[in-house]
Amino acid sequence: MLTTLARISFAIAMGVLARYYMLRVDYRQYPSYPHGYVIHMSLGLIAASLGALAIPALLKRDYMAVTILALAAQQFREVRDMERRSLERVEETELVPRGAAYIEGIARVFEARNYLAMLVGLIVSSVVFLAPFHLMLDLILGGVSGVVSMFILNKGMVGGRVGDIAVVRQAELRFAGSLLMVEDIILTNIGLRESRERYLSNGLAVIIEPKDDNARATLANLGQRQAIAHDAATIMGVRLDVSEPEFVPLARLSTKTGRVAFVILPIEKDIESLLEAIRRVPVLESAKRSPLRTLAGRYAED
Amino acid sequence: MDVSINDSVLAVVTVGKEKVAGQAPIFYARDEAEMERIAIYISRITGGIVHDLENGVYIIVKH
Repeated sequence: MLTTLARISFAIAMGVLARYYMLRVDYRQYPSYPHGYVIHMSLGLIAASLGALAIPALLKRDYMAVTILALAAQQFREVRDMERRSLERVEETELVPRGAAYIEGIARVFEARNYLAMLVGLIVSSVVFLAPFHLMLDLILGGVSGVVSMFILNKGMVGGRVGDIAVVRQAELRFAGSLLMVEDIILTNIGLRESRERYLSNGLAVIIEPKDDNARATLANLGQRQAIAHDAATIMGVRLDVSEPEFVPLARLSTKTGRVAFVILPIEKDIESLLEAIRRVPVLESAKRSPLRTLAGRYAED
Repeated sequence: MDVSINDSVLAVVTVGKEKVAGQAPIFYARDEAEMERIAIYISRITGGIVHDLENGVYIIVKH
């Protein structure tokens, strides 16, 4: 009895550890709040318990107990909904919004991470219950399998970045009359002389050149461009307030070449870190397009 | 929930009376300097952006 309990708690602990490992605070500053941590750790605990209990239940020939996993899936869909709602609510307070596509991506990741915690719990409990050695050795094997699966799953979940699909390079911004331009791409019309001077003295411009037609379709997505603007503004800061909307960072497409021109007035005028920030923006799952995978798309390629 | 009308011309500021007519509020300025100043005021008050049509007419648009 006691050994069963030890095995189960060990599997649960590994699952929770997996959730904790995935819950690091990164530059998106989300979820950096202590309360966010509590919410996700408790849900991670539930997920890990469900995963860990499935194997001992099966061993006891309690087949009904496994159906509870289906119930769990239902619960974790709520997590996605919860994340989406709370992010949408704070969206109104952001000077440079994340955009619906980015929010959807973040919400999906939070749902998926619970399943990953459940999976780690399941893997570890399979090892500690099915390995034929004595308790200590089983637990060590379980620990190793847990850590390995944690790393593999985490690696597998890392998506592409803008730097992988496009060349990001510095460009010059200029004004043609009152039109703000980067190379041959028109971004907007800035009427006030004072604002134009601020753009010229503080602004930085970047050209994002897609590497192929897949990347071109992805960068054309408005959600992806908004994500770039949001991340760049979060990392570099932005000289902007609600009363001066003309300084909102802009990402505009050249429909001729598929290149994206991006302009921002950062607080730190450092082009190298801006380029690096944009290269590290994740490619959103919902913005990802692969026309080249279809026959028609390959025919259309020049 | 903050509701506002977007992408419509909130106001027109001009030095050329003969160039504008119509629905939006029109402000006539004596010279370029006054036009610029009125445009800044309206844009800061309404949260709109000043666009220059380069013919002595500014329009203020909320995006």
